[in-house]
Amino acid sequence: MSVLRQSATELLAKLNAGEVTSVQLTQAHLDQIKQHDGQVKAFLRVDPAAALARAKEIDDRRKAKKPLGLLGGLPVAIKDLLCTEGETTTCGSKMLEHFKPPYDATVIKKLKAADAVLIGKTNLDEFAMGGSTENSAYQKTANPWDLARTPGGSSGGAAACVAAGMAPLSIGTDTGGSIRQPAALCGVTGLKPTYGRVSRFGLVAFASSLDQIGPLARTAEDAALLLEVLAGHDPLDSTSVDVPVPKYSETVKQPLKNLRIGLVREHFGEGLEPEVEKAVRDAVEVYKSLGATVKDISLPHGKYGVATYYIIAPSEASSNLARYDGVHYGHRTNEKQMVAELADERNKLVAAGKTAAAEALDNPLVRMYRRSRAEGFGPEVKRRIMLGTYALSAGYYDAYYLKALKVRRLIRQDYDVAFNEVDLIVGPVTTSPAFKLGEKVDDPLSMYLVDLYTVSANLAGIGGISIPCGMSRNLPLGLQLQAPPFEEERLLRAAHMFQQATDWHQQFPAMVPKA
Amino acid sequence: MSEPYTIIIGLEVHVQLATRTKLFCRCSTKFGAPPNTQTCPICIGMPGTLPVMNREAFALGLKTAIALNCQIARFTKWDRKQYYYPDLPKGYQISQYDLPFSQDGHLEISDPKGRFKPKRIGIIRAHLEEDAGKSMHDEVSGQADSKIDLNRTGTPLLEIVSQPDMRSPAEAKAYLQELKLLLTYLGVSDCNMQEGSLRVDANINLHVDTPEGKVATPIVEVKNMNSFRAVERAMEYEAVRHWEVWQETGQRLGQVPKQTRGWDDTAMITRGQRHKEESSDYRYFPDPDLVPVVTTDEELAAVKSSLGELPAQMRTRLEAKYGIKPYDSDVLVSAGQGLVDYYVELADLVGDGKLASNWVQQDVMRTLNEQKVEPAAFAMRPKQLGELLTAIQKGEIDTSRAREVFLEMVASGKSAADVMKAQGIEKVDESELIALCQELIAANPKIVADIQGGKPQAAGNLIGQAKKKNPNINPGRFRELVVELVGKM
Repeated sequence: MSVLRQSATELLAKLNAGEVTSVQLTQAHLDQIKQHDGQVKAFLRVDPAAALARAKEIDDRRKAKKPLGLLGGLPVAIKDLLCTEGETTTCGSKMLEHFKPPYDATVIKKLKAADAVLIGKTNLDEFAMGGSTENSAYQKTANPWDLARTPGGSSGGAAACVAAGMAPLSIGTDTGGSIRQPAALCGVTGLKPTYGRVSRFGLVAFASSLDQIGPLARTAEDAALLLEVLAGHDPLDSTSVDVPVPKYSETVKQPLKNLRIGLVREHFGEGLEPEVEKAVRDAVEVYKSLGATVKDISLPHGKYGVATYYIIAPSEASSNLARYDGVHYGHRTNEKQMVAELADERNKLVAAGKTAAAEALDNPLVRMYRRSRAEGFGPEVKRRIMLGTYALSAGYYDAYYLKALKVRRLIRQDYDVAFNEVDLIVGPVTTSPAFKLGEKVDDPLSMYLVDLYTVSANLAGIGGISIPCGMSRNLPLGLQLQAPPFEEERLLRAAHMFQQATDWHQQFPAMVPKA
Repeated sequence: MSEPYTIIIGLEVHVQLATRTKLFCRCSTKFGAPPNTQTCPICIGMPGTLPVMNREAFALGLKTAIALNCQIARFTKWDRKQYYYPDLPKGYQISQYDLPFSQDGHLEISDPKGRFKPKRIGIIRAHLEEDAGKSMHDEVSGQADSKIDLNRTGTPLLEIVSQPDMRSPAEAKAYLQELKLLLTYLGVSDCNMQEGSLRVDANINLHVDTPEGKVATPIVEVKNMNSFRAVERAMEYEAVRHWEVWQETGQRLGQVPKQTRGWDDTAMITRGQRHKEESSDYRYFPDPDLVPVVTTDEELAAVKSSLGELPAQMRTRLEAKYGIKPYDSDVLVSAGQGLVDYYVELADLVGDGKLASNWVQQDVMRTLNEQKVEPAAFAMRPKQLGELLTAIQKGEIDTSRAREVFLEMVASGKSAADVMKAQGIEKVDESELIALCQELIAANPKIVADIQGGKPQAAGNLIGQAKKKNPNINPGRFRELVVELVGKM
């Protein structure tokens, strides 16, 4: 079987056994990128020479019997929202076209220390705002299963590259579903950890209280391996939590006994496509066959999840993105042209006798802010900045932001109550398989609804995993598992149990060669 | 005050806390480094970075707030104050909005000169925030680029907001002096106004007496005051200006938008600063990158016990224990802990608080000033000075000669005994003194007649003559002898 279809865990075993080198593995994935990424457009940047040099260095150390990190030469793709020292980090935005951070994100440091081969930076919706990767300022990523369709988003590149055999492991971020939804639509495994499980230092912020970094991989075992590297307290991130990191890569293989599964009544309502519902119900049968008991539960405030999310996330985003004003960070408008325009406007007003209007014109600094931001941000980012700015404004704060915080607490309480009765909550990730590129771009509201099943986990701060659980019209479908805070181990073990009993995770699009 | 109005002043003081590193990163806070050399990705707000609170800064804030008798919040959080300005790289300042870590305190002020009665100035709140950077504009041409120095960005500031409890410019100045003294004693700030470690904004208006009762005039915020003296002058100027505006326009509080004015220390006037019509909306919200800070009873108790003696308590103690006047205790305490320590040691040695206070306030403080040294580094220790004062107490030397000896001790580093010996200063025997007195009385009948005629000050002439004959005589004792012997005649 081609290395491109093998799990990271299998590949690592082969590396350690000397059956394959990191250079060979890296080269195979680079070749796949070269051959197919012109169509998939999962990567924004790939530096083959640097990746191969790194792979060779790891191979040399392995040959010299020197100790290697947990990832021992496995290629890993990085969402272009994570800072990599000295390398362009665009966040999918024109704003940061030329931004080269002078530092590595904590997870990048950890990956380097674990001897990962960083193979490239993947495409995303601008500043992770979107569910289709169409909001990237650079390119639209296609779903490897059907190039006319979206891979989902915002970690569309991260999910697509794993599905397309371009990287066995990849790093995504999830603010409202941005790991789980593309994982579901691309047929890979994607985990959003508990808020605070993974350091956010070096993750360019979208919505700080919701953002979390997590692994995308071919199997739960692989996700466990990668999470073990990523997780842990970081003194540079006050919101990262000092909870011991289990050896996920080892415990993942242990099946869970007497598993109590909760099915959320509200998940199976209007809008859910019958084929998705069937796949989820079939998956529940698989768990039953593995000894799980199933209980019908309710998350009554879940229906407010999307509304709550679209107050809190844009509010935080409006603040986090304020720094891109063309002074210190971000694209700056052509100043000469801007000053000339301003003078022209003034002259025209003065000539027309409208001196008050001339007086009221922007000063050059304000005009530079306006122009730079107008030119640097895409429409979806602007929409969210406006939403958030409005929600935080005096006179509206209590009705929107404060109210949203209260609902957020209720959503969390729903989970706390539910987890008294069940160990895991199982349900769909999306209402349907991958939609067509362009299908929702002109309808922001329908695009926001793709997060329907995923936002609640972010609002509650709990972990969730998406695993392949079926196919519809030759497109993958995802199953979401959710667990109480810091129970990533439970998520991974349950996902692994499922993958031991099914082969949905071993389906590949045609572009991934069998041999 | 005879004017038909009361002056109402409230002050907002920003104090730079004396931490080694900034509030949310590890950059140095040292003043005066070349522009943008004390920065890191965190304090310049580079995408992806996160703040982590400096516990030392919080501890210093806590110490100050407790010394200001504030209520300490057991749970406090950080908020983002959002506005665009080139010296604010993140587009927001991390500050504290609705749940400051401390509020509702007070500071006692008094005036040693007695211009106002001792009073308590309320503290509305004290909260922590990060400083912004510094913009340097090309004021001359208006064409050149503005420059930004981010060294100061992220420096911890404590903002202390008073109640509008001050009723005169003198009270405002006294509040600032007492606050500065307290901060200095606590060691939480160097309070250097020139370096911007202490910044003052004032809010002022008048309550005018009218037939319908007191009427408040519009509140004006005054900025750009670079010394306490400037604050006092600006407030004096503003009070008069408000009165004139009131007489001219009759404008009341709420009828016009709040105005901001800048003090021009050269022209000695305030000037209106241009500002937009609408008030700014800072869109405060809790900073999701930082976790709330919880303060426990144990932590509070530990800070309380670490405070030590504060200036007000110290003044009271010096007055009670050493019998000195409020004016003197104020001079000593205002000069700092080091001088108080010096004074206490000296006063205990010589057993005379007033004598020690006079010498410390005059001779010691003058010399410290000349030498530009701290009391702890002053070569003449209390023990050495004590020997000189003891000689005075014993009548071995008079005060004016002792001052000369003091100067020689400072110059040569020799002991009082050595200097006195070298200058031939020794106590004159009582019998020798009487003999000299009798001799001069006999030789100066006219002066004796003057003394007898009710002019005791005429004895001064005899003392002068006696000093010429023997510089070592004790003039005090000699005067007593003259009065006694003349009285017997």
